[in-house]
Amino acid sequence: MQGKCWKDKEIMNKNKFFFISILIILLFPIKSYGLIEVDITRGNLNPLPLAVSPLSIDEKSKKSFEKLLKKKNIGSEISSIVENNLKTSGLFNPLNKDAFLQAPDIANLKPRFEDWNLIKAQALITGKVTNIDDKLRVEFRLWDVLAGKEMMALAFTTVPTNWRRVGHIISDKVYERLTGEKGYFDTRIIYVAEEGPKTKRKKKLAIMDQDGANNKFLTLGNELVLTPRFNPTSQMVTYLSYFRNLPRVYLLDIETGMQEVVGDFPGMTFAPRFSPDGKKIIMSFAKDGNSDIYTMDLENRIVEKITNHPSIDTSPSYSPNGKFICFNSDRSGYQQIYVMKSDGSNVKRISFGKGIYGTPVWSPRGDLIAFTKLHKGKFYIGVMRIDGSGERLLTENFYQEAPSWSPNGRVLIFYRETKTDEKGEGFSAKLWSIDLTGYNERMVITPTDGSDPSWSSLLSN
Amino acid sequence: MKLNKILKNSLLVVLACLALSACATKKVSTGQMQGDVYTGTDTVEYLASGVPDRVFFATNESVLTTASRETLRKQAAWLRKNSDVTIVLEGHADERGTREYNLALGERRANAAKDYLMTYGISSDRISVLSYGKERPVDSGSNPLAWSKNRRSVTVKAN
Repeated sequence: MQGKCWKDKEIMNKNKFFFISILIILLFPIKSYGLIEVDITRGNLNPLPLAVSPLSIDEKSKKSFEKLLKKKNIGSEISSIVENNLKTSGLFNPLNKDAFLQAPDIANLKPRFEDWNLIKAQALITGKVTNIDDKLRVEFRLWDVLAGKEMMALAFTTVPTNWRRVGHIISDKVYERLTGEKGYFDTRIIYVAEEGPKTKRKKKLAIMDQDGANNKFLTLGNELVLTPRFNPTSQMVTYLSYFRNLPRVYLLDIETGMQEVVGDFPGMTFAPRFSPDGKKIIMSFAKDGNSDIYTMDLENRIVEKITNHPSIDTSPSYSPNGKFICFNSDRSGYQQIYVMKSDGSNVKRISFGKGIYGTPVWSPRGDLIAFTKLHKGKFYIGVMRIDGSGERLLTENFYQEAPSWSPNGRVLIFYRETKTDEKGEGFSAKLWSIDLTGYNERMVITPTDGSDPSWSSLLSN
Repeated sequence: MKLNKILKNSLLVVLACLALSACATKKVSTGQMQGDVYTGTDTVEYLASGVPDRVFFATNESVLTTASRETLRKQAAWLRKNSDVTIVLEGHADERGTREYNLALGERRANAAKDYLMTYGISSDRISVLSYGKERPVDSGSNPLAWSKNRRSVTVKAN
């Protein structure tokens, strides 16, 4: 290992939901100059060609994992997760495996860089899977093909059922090493799964991995549910439920399935979100035709009124440092975006472009606010700086709204609805994602129709 | 000469009538709308004979139109006669807005109807308000007429 030693380190996963210890082993060479880098700040029209060599696996481990996980070759399965993640990011172009000249096990020991260079791979991922006492041990390496150097070597040990997450964590590590920014693959999306005719939509809460795997429904569809949002610090979700025909904000623990109504309001509460520390819920409360913004502290249950205005104030979202709130108000006559201090003082309108603006959401990096805009019958997802300058529209459609940021602030997920035909048929709602640059727009595949997506924080670290 | 003039005038009137009726029929086929407020009866149900159950709104508005006020006065009269009836006012918005804002807008519309019923002597104890935002359209169309039918407050018997 050329002077590097494998150092095993156990990291407890903060999210009890999984309650798996992921053993992260080892480490990175010191950053060296001249290695490949991917610039993610521009629209990437030339994704980096890279080779994901299938993780090699010995026969014995292969057989045992086949029995445990019903997957013929778990090494290849994990590699395809990595490949798919990197490809979907739009920044990488994983090359076709048929062109690979070197066998996976040998490549992992010492790649013949000429071979990989020949197929124009600039980076190479290799690795190995073994069964150690019925645990899954995965090691992988990232190589710079042109420089002929190892860029990173890591190993994980975990329960075998966690194999998908291992693929996501490897993807995050590679993304971070090559772009210099944290990844977003070991994350989940909570959203509303929809079915049935437009006039009688049946809606359920659903959760899935960021790549669409492990889709699970969290409610049965007996009552209307809307706008679920993750707590950035735990496996809690806040959402709106029409349980007993009383639209109220609820809190759901996705680990235990426990639900409770948030606060004791004599009317509709809606548009909930967590504060960045996860300790408060901010939401709207509607009374006598007027909606104002309130917070409730989840520990001491103290309710505070934040806005006090005879207009509609809704869709509040905290800045990542918790000091400011952006929100939607029609106090000027139409829906516009405003920013205020978190105590409700210093209210300032920031949207002044043509059209109306809704659903402001503060970027996890703090510098941008994503929004929905309606102008001349078209809906846009866009971003602006927190003072309202630098408005940039990323995508235009018949109907789309409600962007949610990836935890690294590079990607937005939102939902889009189709225009129905003359008979009122052909309605659908789908989740879509787009890069902050405006490139790499793609549909996120879900088993049913979907809307109101919310992106979790990174599950590991 | 005079006769000629009269004939000419009446011809003009006839032409004008024709033009108007053409317009009217045209409006029915595309519209049943005044401005962008729905004025038709396609989706309307009745609480009792002659008492329509719903009122319609202009885009982004919660102001009651003259027709809406008339409907609500009929509802108030009927509610005064049937004093054991309690109601839910269900407020709705069309699909051309963000979900959260529409929830607030539906609530504002239902409350506009509630306030009006109260000024005609219906106690607030008998009225509850429920906003569905854009969640429960009656017309699944994606056109201005369908949207006008969906911008509504519906009075529903609760008992």
